[in-house]
Amino acid sequence: MTDQTTAGPAVPGPSVPTTTDGAAPAWRRVASQTAFETRMILRNGEQLLVTIVLPVMLLVGLARTSLVDLDTQGYSRIDFVTPGVLALAVMSTAFTSQAIATAFDRRNGVLRLLSTTPLGRGGLLAGKILGVLAVEVVQVVVLSGVALALGWSPDPAGVLPALLAVLLGTAAFTSLALLLAGTLRAEGVLAVANLLLVLLTVAGGVLVPAAQLPGALEQVALLLPSGALGEAMRGALLLGEVPAFSVVVLLGWTAALGWGAGKLFRWH
Amino acid sequence: MPDSPAVVLQDVVKRYDGRAVVDHLSLTASRGAVTAVLGPNGAGKTTTIECCEGLRAPDEGRVEVLGLDPLLNARELRPRVGVMLQDGGLPTGVRALEMLHHVASMYANPRDVAEITERLGLASFARTTVRRLSGGQRQRLALAAAIVGRPEVVFLDEPSAGMDPQSRHAVWELVRELRADGVGIVLTTHLMDEAEDLADHVYIVDHGQVIASGATADLLHAGPSADGDRTLRLEAREGLDVDALRGRVESGPTASPASAWTVTETQPGSYSVTGPVDPSTVAVVTAWLAEQSALASRLTIGRRTLEDVFLDLTGRELR
Repeated sequence: MTDQTTAGPAVPGPSVPTTTDGAAPAWRRVASQTAFETRMILRNGEQLLVTIVLPVMLLVGLARTSLVDLDTQGYSRIDFVTPGVLALAVMSTAFTSQAIATAFDRRNGVLRLLSTTPLGRGGLLAGKILGVLAVEVVQVVVLSGVALALGWSPDPAGVLPALLAVLLGTAAFTSLALLLAGTLRAEGVLAVANLLLVLLTVAGGVLVPAAQLPGALEQVALLLPSGALGEAMRGALLLGEVPAFSVVVLLGWTAALGWGAGKLFRWH
Repeated sequence: MPDSPAVVLQDVVKRYDGRAVVDHLSLTASRGAVTAVLGPNGAGKTTTIECCEGLRAPDEGRVEVLGLDPLLNARELRPRVGVMLQDGGLPTGVRALEMLHHVASMYANPRDVAEITERLGLASFARTTVRRLSGGQRQRLALAAAIVGRPEVVFLDEPSAGMDPQSRHAVWELVRELRADGVGIVLTTHLMDEAEDLADHVYIVDHGQVIASGATADLLHAGPSADGDRTLRLEAREGLDVDALRGRVESGPTASPASAWTVTETQPGSYSVTGPVDPSTVAVVTAWLAEQSALASRLTIGRRTLEDVFLDLTGRELR
C-alpha cells in the first residue's frame, strides 16, 4: 500500500509543523491508556475495596480464624487458602471491576470518544487488558506478601504455572466482563457483576475446591471458569502443576465469551 | 486530496429498527468554514454526525471526511478529526486536566495544554474530578479534548448546551479562530442565535431530511414573499400607537394599496412593518417614533431570523 493520504497538506494554522502522521506511536498510545485505566481503578474507592481490601481480609480471616470450617486436606490453612484467594483476586479485577468500569464508560460515552482519537477501539481494548494485568500485579504482590508473612510456603515449581493460570483466568473473565458491559445497562452490570462474584466465590469452586461442594455442584463447578481457575491455582501452588482439564475449560470459556463479546458488544 | 471538502454526505440513510432517522440526507462542509446542522431534538442531527465520526455505519449513501471513508480509513482519519460528543464522553473519575493531558498523549504533536487551559478558562477547575464539574465546565473540557490534536475537521455536537453566556462566548471565539486557521467545523445546534452568529452555512434538518440549506446570510435574507416585500423590525418602549403608524405608511409616498402593509407589535416593545419598505418608509417610522418621544434601541430591515425561516418551512416552533 502506498497510501499517502495522511501526508496531505500541513494542518493549517500557526506554528503547525508538517507531520506525516498526527498520531502518537501505537505503543505510546496503549501505554498511556494502560496507565490511565490502572490509575482509575486504583484510585476508585469501591474498586479498591473489591480488588485489594476484600481479598486481603478473606486471606487473613480464613488463615487466622476458624470462623469458617475448612477441610484443608492435610495442608496448613494458609497454604490451602492462598491459591483460592488469588483466584478470587483475579476474578474481582478481570471480571467485576472491569465489567463495571467498562459499562459506565460505555454509558458516559467514554468508549465512543476515545475510539475517535488515534487510540481507536483496538488500542482501547489493549489498554483495558493491560490495565487489568497491571492491577493484578499489585494484587499478587500484596496478597503474596501478606500470605508469606502468615507462613505461606507455595510449591516453587508451581509459581510459573500459577502465573499461566492467572493469565488464562484473566482472558476468560475479561471476556465475560466485556460481554456483560457491552450488552447490559450500567446499573444492571453493577448488580450482576457483584452478585456473580459472590456466587462464584462461595459456590463456584474458587475458595472451596469443587470436590468439597455438595452433590452435582461439584461437576458444575469444575466446568465453570471460576472452578477451573480455582483448581488451576491450587494445582499449581499445592502440587506444582496445573490440571490439563482446567486449562481446557478456561480456554473454552475464553473462546466462547470472547466470540460473544466480539459479536454482541455495543459501543452506544 | 488537499482540495477535498471537509465533509461530504450524499444521500445518507440510517435506520434504527426499520425507521429512517436519517433519510437521504446530503450535505457538504468546507474547510475553513463553520457549517451548522440546525434542527429540533430528534431531527437526526446526532446520528448524522456520528456517521461522519465513524461511530455509526450508514445503511445507504456515501460519507466522506477529508476525502476519506470514516470507517474504512478510520486509522488515517482519527489523528485529523476532532470530536466533541453530545454527552461529553468524559470519564467521571478523572480530574479535568488529567483527562485533557491523556487525550493529548494520543497525538504526535498536540496543542499546548496550558494554552488551551488558558483559552477556555479550565484552570479554575483543573484539579476537579469530572463528576463534580458543571455542565458548562464539562462542555469546555470536551471542546478542549476535541481540538487538542490539531484536527483539520472538528465535529461539535451541541457545543454550547448547558453553558453560561461567558463560556459560550469563549467557545464561539475559539471556533472562529479555528475557522480562520482553515479548520472545517461542523456543529449541530438547536440554538438559533448560535447558528446565526457562528455559521457560514446552515443546513436545517427535520425528520432526518434537509429542509433548507444555504449560506446563513442568504437564508436570513430570502423572504417567503417573493414580491419584493420586506420587513422592518424595530425595538422601542412598549405600547406605541401601531394604528397611527399603519395610517402613515399606507398614505406614504410609495402609495401602495393599503392591504400590502402589515404593522404589528409582535411582542411588547417589538414592532414589525411588512410591505414595500423603501427609504421613505424609514423616514416615516422615525418621524412616528419622534412624535411619541420614543427612541428605537434597534432597527433592522429585511433580516429574518433562523427561527422565522424554520417556522416558515415547517409551521412549527423549534423545540
